[in-house]
Formats: sequence, structure tokens, C-alpha cells
Amino acid sequence: MTRETLELFEVFVRPRRGLDHKHVGSLHAQDHAQALEYARDCYTRRGEGVSIWVVRSTDICASQEEDVESFIDPSEDKPYRLATYYRLPDPVDNM
Amino acid sequence: MGGNSDQAELERQFQQRIDDDIKIEPKDWMPDAYRENLIRQISQHAHSEVIGMQPEGNYITRAPSLRRKLILLSKVQDEAGHGLYLYSASETLGISRLELIEALQSGAAKYASIFNYPTQTWGDVGAIGWLVDGAAICNQVSLQRTSYGPYARGMIRICKEESFHQRQGYEIMLALARGSDEQRQMAQDSLNRFYWPALMMFGPHDGESAHSAQSMRWKIKRETNDALRQKFIDQTVPQIEFLGLDHPDRDISWNESRGHYDHGEIDWHEFYSVINGNGHCNRQRLQHHIRAHQEGEWVRDALAAYQEKQRQRDCQDPD
Repeated sequence: MTRETLELFEVFVRPRRGLDHKHVGSLHAQDHAQALEYARDCYTRRGEGVSIWVVRSTDICASQEEDVESFIDPSEDKPYRLATYYRLPDPVDNM
Repeated sequence: MGGNSDQAELERQFQQRIDDDIKIEPKDWMPDAYRENLIRQISQHAHSEVIGMQPEGNYITRAPSLRRKLILLSKVQDEAGHGLYLYSASETLGISRLELIEALQSGAAKYASIFNYPTQTWGDVGAIGWLVDGAAICNQVSLQRTSYGPYARGMIRICKEESFHQRQGYEIMLALARGSDEQRQMAQDSLNRFYWPALMMFGPHDGESAHSAQSMRWKIKRETNDALRQKFIDQTVPQIEFLGLDHPDRDISWNESRGHYDHGEIDWHEFYSVINGNGHCNRQRLQHHIRAHQEGEWVRDALAAYQEKQRQRDCQDPD
């Protein structure tokens, strides 16, 4: 019995022209071309998008969510990066 | 013959997409001139973000309080990020970062000439945030609808992040305008020096603008230089009044029938003189950029050496 040894690919779909590709899921395939076809068949059966990207899962380098505090500084101590931090009088507040 | 008619058909389809407000994406066919025009405009925009860090960076160590220092650091950090977004968008058109930087450093590519003006006082930091970022935001809001997808998406991200830049600048002006006589005078002086160059940021009048007509047809630009400039002039009048400062344009007056402010003529001689290299800081800005780039050489060398070492290790140990 031959076991399936296909590689895992991540699939990204652009819902409409002008929008970013969004991750929608994964699948197994032999190579990029096959992954594209499978992605089409699997993830875009109901008009979900106009363009597909496939990327080998092993090529994705991801940060770990448990590291969020040390790795992704939530910047809660930097409220001055937000427009709402600056109180301007009403007549000029529309800026 | 067949080649020519194929080309014409491709161009017709391309223009049809533009006319139908369908975004152009990196792998789509596009006319060479559209590609070149975009590379020129986006990279010029990127260079402006990067060079624009210098006049404000000048005041980071001299900000009047820790609060102002943190805000200014944050703002300058944003500009660096915006440069990156825009360089990346240019690179989707098939040009390399290296080529873009070389074009900036050799003077072949331009950046917004406003950054060739010096920051002489703390008031200038306020005026830059309020007027220079304010003018840039007018332009960038319009460019969120530009026809090239990666540029439009970059603009959306930039506008979102930049929303605080103008407000922090105005807040500085407000503090000065409500301060001592000396501080008021500083605010007035900064307004006087930065108002006209801010108007010049929108570029020449529509009739004089080299790339405008084609850019509008291709929807690279969505509003003309003069229309955007008028919007900025109109929104700035009440802001100046609220500060209680004198308007630098003596000819400014409300035109009821147009529904806009009429204004005095811009000194185009100054505009072209600064663009052509004769502003106060043109040479200084480029020299600084080149020096910073050269001083980073050892980092690039170290990265390359590390990459090579990793490659050799992978060859010896294929697992």
C-alpha cells in the first residue's frame, strides 16, 4: 500500500480585484500547479474570488501567539499613535 | 502587422478596465508607459517619505517635553514604514530596491521639494505636521482610489496610520498660538514660511503639469493638482482663523459663486528653483542619505556573509 506523501499548501484567495488575498485554508498537492487547481476546485466553487495564491506551508514562517506580549508589543503605552489621542476644539476637530 | 493590432487590442482592453474602475494587479498586462509612470510616481512618493524624516528628525533631541519627543519619534518611525510600503509597491512593477535607491542618490528621481526647506524652530515641526502632512493627506486620500491595486492598498494603510500626524502638528501650533508673545510669533513665522511651499506640494497648475493628463486617463491620479490644492486651501482657512494667526496669503477671499476661496498666485519661480536643486537643503538631504546608506554597508556585508555561511552549511548537511 502506497501512503500519500503529498505536501501541504496554504491557500489565499482575493475576493475581488483591488482587495488583498486572504488566507482561506490548506490542501495537499504534488506541486504548485496542482495546488492551484485543487484550490480552485476546493475553495472557489461559489464565486469566492478572482485570484488564488498557493504557498508551501513549510515556506511560511510564523510567530507564536503565546509570544505576543514579548514579540508583538501591543503599544498600549503609546496612545499618541492614534488620532483620538489629540483633543482639538470642536471648530477644528474635523482634521 | 498582427503584432501591432494585438498590441492595440491589449491597450483597448486595458483602458476598458480602467474606465470600468477595475483595479490593475501586478501580473496583469499593462502598457510600458503605465508601468514607467507608476514607478516614477510611487518611488517619488517613497523617497519623499524617507527624506521627509530628516527635517523632523532634526528636532527629536530638542523636543520641548518628553511627551512631544515620544510623539515625534512615533511620527518619524511611521514615515520610515510608509517609505517601505511604497518601495514594496514599486517593486511589484519589476524594479529593484537597489535601482530605486540609486536613482534617488544620483538625483535622477525626485522627492517632494518641501523637504528641502530647513526646520529652524520648534514651530516648524508643528507647521510640518499640520500643513505638510495635511497637504499630503489630501493627496493620499484621493490616491486610495488609484487604479493600481498595490498602490491603492498602500495608500489605505498609510492614511489610517497617518491620521494622527496632522492633529499632533496642529496641537503644537495651538499651544504656541495660545502661549507667550514670543511663542505666538514663532507660530506665525512657521506658518508664513511653510504655507506657500505646502501649496506647491500639489505640483504645477494642471495646464503645466507634464504627466497630469495621461495620469488622469489611467486613473493613476484621481483628482487634478489644482482641485486638490483648492481643497487644501479651503480647509486651512478656518484652521488659521482658529489659531488667531494672520493668513500668509493677503489675497485670500471667499468667492460665493465658486463656493471656494480665491487665492494669490504661487511663486512658481521658487518652486522650480527648489526642484532643480537650489533649495536651502537639497545637497544636505542627499548627502545625509548617502552617508547613512554607506554607514550601513557593514550590516549588508554581514547579512550576505551569514547567508553564504548558511548556504554552505546546508550543502554539507542536506537535512
